[in-house]
Amino acid sequence: MAGMNELANRLKELEDQLVICNRCGMCQSVCPLYEQTRKESDVARGKLALLDGLSKNLFTDPDGVDKRLNNCLLCGSCAANCPSGVSVLEIFIKARAIIAEFKGLSPAKRLIFKKMLANPATFDRLTEWAGKFQGLFTKSEKNAQGTSCARLVSPLLHDRHLLPMANKPFHKTRASVDTRTGRSGLRVAFFTGCIIDKMFPRIANDLLDVLEYHGVGTWIPGGQGCCGIPALASGDRATFEKLVEYHVDLFDSQKYDYLVTACATCTSTIKKLWPSIYGGKASGTREKIRQLSERTLDINQFLVNKVGLHDMGTGVDADGEAVTYHDPCHLKKSLGVFKEPRQLIQASGKNLVEMEGSDKCCGMGGSFNLYHYDVSSKIGTIKQKNIADTGCKTVSTGCPACMVQISDMLAKGGLNIRVRHPLELYAEFLRNQKLIT
Amino acid sequence: MKKVIDQLVKAVGRENVFTEKEDMLTYSYDAAVLDSVVPGVAVMPENSEQLGQIVKVCAENKTPMTVRGSGTNLSGGTIPSGASGVVVLTGKLNKILEINEADMYAVVQSGVVTATLAAAVEKKGLFYPPDPGSQAVSTLGGNVAENAGGLRGLKYGVTKDYVMGVSFFDAMGEYVKSGSRTVKCATGYNLTGLMVGSEGTLGVIDEIILKLIPLPKARKSMVTVFKTIEQASEAVAAIIAARIVPATLEILDNFTIRAVEAYSHAGLPIDAGALLLIEVDGHPGQVEDEGAAVEELCKKLGAESIKVAADDAERDKIWAARRSALSALARLKPTLVLEDATVPRSKIPAMVSAIQEIAAKYKIEIGTFGHAGDGNLHPTILTDKRNKEEWHRVESAIEELFDRALSMGGTLSGEHGTGLAKAPFLEKEIGHSSILFSRRLRKAMDPDSILNPGKITGVI
Ligand SMILES: Cc1cc2nc3c(=O)[nH]c(=O)nc-3n(C[C@H](O)[C@H](O)[C@H](O)COP(=O)(O)OP(=O)(O)OC[C@H]3O[C@@H](n4cnc5c(N)ncnc54)[C@H](O)[C@@H]3O)c2cc1C
Ligand code: SF4
Ligand code: SF4
Repeated sequence: MAGMNELANRLKELEDQLVICNRCGMCQSVCPLYEQTRKESDVARGKLALLDGLSKNLFTDPDGVDKRLNNCLLCGSCAANCPSGVSVLEIFIKARAIIAEFKGLSPAKRLIFKKMLANPATFDRLTEWAGKFQGLFTKSEKNAQGTSCARLVSPLLHDRHLLPMANKPFHKTRASVDTRTGRSGLRVAFFTGCIIDKMFPRIANDLLDVLEYHGVGTWIPGGQGCCGIPALASGDRATFEKLVEYHVDLFDSQKYDYLVTACATCTSTIKKLWPSIYGGKASGTREKIRQLSERTLDINQFLVNKVGLHDMGTGVDADGEAVTYHDPCHLKKSLGVFKEPRQLIQASGKNLVEMEGSDKCCGMGGSFNLYHYDVSSKIGTIKQKNIADTGCKTVSTGCPACMVQISDMLAKGGLNIRVRHPLELYAEFLRNQKLIT
Repeated sequence: MKKVIDQLVKAVGRENVFTEKEDMLTYSYDAAVLDSVVPGVAVMPENSEQLGQIVKVCAENKTPMTVRGSGTNLSGGTIPSGASGVVVLTGKLNKILEINEADMYAVVQSGVVTATLAAAVEKKGLFYPPDPGSQAVSTLGGNVAENAGGLRGLKYGVTKDYVMGVSFFDAMGEYVKSGSRTVKCATGYNLTGLMVGSEGTLGVIDEIILKLIPLPKARKSMVTVFKTIEQASEAVAAIIAARIVPATLEILDNFTIRAVEAYSHAGLPIDAGALLLIEVDGHPGQVEDEGAAVEELCKKLGAESIKVAADDAERDKIWAARRSALSALARLKPTLVLEDATVPRSKIPAMVSAIQEIAAKYKIEIGTFGHAGDGNLHPTILTDKRNKEEWHRVESAIEELFDRALSMGGTLSGEHGTGLAKAPFLEKEIGHSSILFSRRLRKAMDPDSILNPGKITGVI
């Protein structure tokens, strides 16, 4: 019981943030999880009430609260829609960390975060092996999404249609990049992110081509790792902080105008969570984080607003291929970026067709998809239908994690629809015009 | 309790019965500022049959039950009766069963979300006007049980004006049907009327037949800016006196304007003393005429500026901003007590002054907004319940607010219901004999007091 007291005391740190919730229930209208289950403990109001109860010592054991707190996509729909301005995600993340520290991480998570993610080199080596062996476990399908099916029946894989690991991750083909600033006068650093590095090197390569075409100098330091969100979402704040410090130092060694990423999740983690959650003590790191996060931009934003793409002679083409766009939660709800990806798609000569509920979560939610695949798929099925209803043969989205989920959903439905990052569409356009090779 | 739980599991399956203490905590509150009460079990039926079975289980065991729609009511109606109580969740009874275009009605299950029905009928050129500020989440069952009002009460009335019939389970679990699919129905007692506003104390609503009307062909929304709230409330009285009935006529004081703007960024003028948000609707010609007349009246009464929404997007922005008022105010202080004092509409200026006097007298902050057009103001007290001394002053202020509204011929609640919050004050408004009659009625319908005990009439 003494232990529970201590937990309650630590949670009281959150009290000022918790009391802002006046239990109006408006978060019910946007929570993708609540839409499926109709359970109050799944929606933000219920979770906040549970944390309040835990901080008031109403429970004798944190497990039940922890389980419910983790049953969440961290999609941020509730926070974006909360009229009272409750910092729902920040509260959830901080609380997960407090509870995890109190209970200790599970051995599996400890292995993954402390031994793998925290050490970029180890992580790279392991995924390289996984990439080599994946053919043994999965068989590829000939579909528009390029997914594979699990060969073995595994409880963790279900009947997922997986996107394969790249034969060679991006960092193996281009260990580090340092190109000269051209006519744009701009130079950017690129944060690759795990999923792009290991599953979508093609996006990183397109990014290099596009930036070169626009005369933007690019710097990609070698030895990059994970932005830290998987660790943080599991409550492993120490690993998160280690990764933040590591990257802040890594990206501090050269001059550049902006740090860009092509992954909505990485961008929102760097911009929002690095400064708000980092509590480490390394000297000067806080200030460096602040400066870095202020300069961080999503690639769509960078191209449209800083390079000025929409002024460059390309434009809306009603005869162009019909493409629909899915708003990643981390881009729209967390960062308010939703116009720019659409502008980039139009700048690629495509005819943008809006789907119903374009900003509804796709159901991925990071590891939520692993642990709660059934609900995740139910949420994803709504997205699948909305995409299919547009009649488009291409769906575009600015987050590689969403691309993984949407590919799975479309492959499952046997739908002949390809999934592309807006940047890829733009690179394809330049290539067709013979402007890049 | 174990026996009840076993029987419930038999009726609806293990997956729809919740007993873990964490889940119980999430069914212990609603949107009212009242202490929470933890129930013994929560159960989520998937169809009418299961709903009936649940009532039967409760009846057999004389177990108190509280139905919960979305739990957004502001009077404590869904606060359970305690560890021996059952909470019945209508979240999965969420099917629109029929939208009849020829006869203009809809049949819904009680767990359908209000905005879902509104959107579905609008697609067919029909209109379901009752629109509580919570319509994006509140359920139609909850609306009927609370007789919910909304922003369009002035011209279109409230939920009671649209309920043509309900079917419900009585306290014995028998299925009772009332009303009909016809516009007129004069057979038997008006059980439908009895169920509307009964807050789950007379029966458990299963299906509802709702009247629909044609969707107005044209609409015009405007924001009029006033220097003082007195001027704005005079304008309200003047518009009504000029025999103009806008669809919506909402007032916001400076306090509320600033809170709403901080959330919605709808471009509201934050230094205005008060705003009137007005919408006129109907045939295009009528909308033009009434719109112009309202503009003229407001100008005459000192409006500093009038901005008409240019398109649907601007219109939606105004109303979305207004709907967020309650929650936006909640940003300012930890505790927010939203009151529901309602007066005959000619008394709006007097009530506005009374609210200001009370705020000064008890040295507390009160923001005022509400459905000025139908006399339904929401004086909203901003406080921190943890500050005991201030909380006492708040309680006294609330009582005085009630008294002042009643002395003007008003009512304790325009739309939020009695629930637990106002049960102690009910007699003040309706009188001793009415309370006794209400209790006898309740006893006759629910002899074992299993249906949402404690609400409306207090303990019987
Ligand atoms: C932000 C906000 C704005 C609001 N704006 C308005 C407004 O403008 N106008 C207004 O009138 N109210 C408003 N409300 C109050 C509230 O939304 C309404 O009272 C609404 O009708 C409640 O619906 P619910 O589904 O949440 O019902 P609940 O809160 O779940 O239940 C309300 C009552 O109905 C009973 N009940 C629910 N379903 C059934 C059923 N099937 N059978 C029998 N009894 C049942 C419950 O037991 C309880 O007594 C607002 C609330 C909030 C939080
Ligand atoms: S989190 Fe926000 S929207 Fe949800 S109940 Fe609390 S205040 Fe309302
Ligand atoms: S983050 Fe998403 S899934 Fe989690 S409570 Fe909020 S809206 Fe629901």
